[in-house]
Amino acid sequence: MRARVLIRPKAGILDPQGIAVERALPALGFEGVANVHVGRLVELDVEDPSQLDAMCRRLLANPLIEDYEIQA
Amino acid sequence: MKFGVIRFPGSCDEVDAQLAAARVGEAVLLWHADLDLQGVDAVIVPGGFSYGDYLRVGAIARFAPIMGPVTEFAREGGLVLGICNGFQVLCEAGLLPGALLPNVGLRFVCRQVGVEVLDAETPFTRACAAGDVLSIPVKHTTGRYHPPPGFDPALAVLRYAPGENPNGSEHDIAGVRNEEGNVLGLMPHPEHAVDERTGSADGLALFASMALTYPYPSAVGGHGYA
Repeated sequence: MRARVLIRPKAGILDPQGIAVERALPALGFEGVANVHVGRLVELDVEDPSQLDAMCRRLLANPLIEDYEIQA
Repeated sequence: MKFGVIRFPGSCDEVDAQLAAARVGEAVLLWHADLDLQGVDAVIVPGGFSYGDYLRVGAIARFAPIMGPVTEFAREGGLVLGICNGFQVLCEAGLLPGALLPNVGLRFVCRQVGVEVLDAETPFTRACAAGDVLSIPVKHTTGRYHPPPGFDPALAVLRYAPGENPNGSEHDIAGVRNEEGNVLGLMPHPEHAVDERTGSADGLALFASMALTYPYPSAVGGHGYA
């Protein structure tokens, strides 16, 4: 099955990419934007989705600095 | 004293590390896909972009075949030095606490910085005195050190001199050791500062320290550094 894993900087960890994007949007005229965070998306076909959590913990994310969300 | 410097696909500082180590001992290159550490007394995980830094810096390299023997070597008390990307790899491998995040400025930083020695009792800093400020270059995009919860500040061996933190590292940390003291990682590049003709020879102190502590007690069954 097709699965998606969303990986974001952990809450409370300074996210300079998010800050840069948040500052850039008003410069283009987009107002009212807050709490921007930039992460990454991993899409994968998996035979056994029950392994996704272990995949995230061991490789796809670093739990010390990142949160992950599995969409399967 | 025989150093082994790992070469991963994408490493770029392994030859400088080998040349630096060769100033104080013998130094050989170790191939990432090998399982043989060739009887070295210390392992250096060098700088560069191992496996293209794909996914996350150091995330793939930590699963390279040679990292199995390196982990075993470290657990037995062998000296392991991680420089820049090597520091990132050792954090990912769980041999050092914490992780490295993108620089606060989001830019690649390449410059000479002052690196203060906080602990001169480690096998990597024994040739220094506490408070020494070494002039060593940094060159990285992902060097902001983030310690784990409950981090013991005594593990911070090196920090950027006041006002010289190039990446936003917490507590200005430039280098950390493991609890046992036989593994050290740092973002600055001591291997690029071993000759006055290129600006500074201060980095040599780390390699000289490692050679000074050889034979390393715990590598033959002791327990940690004194």
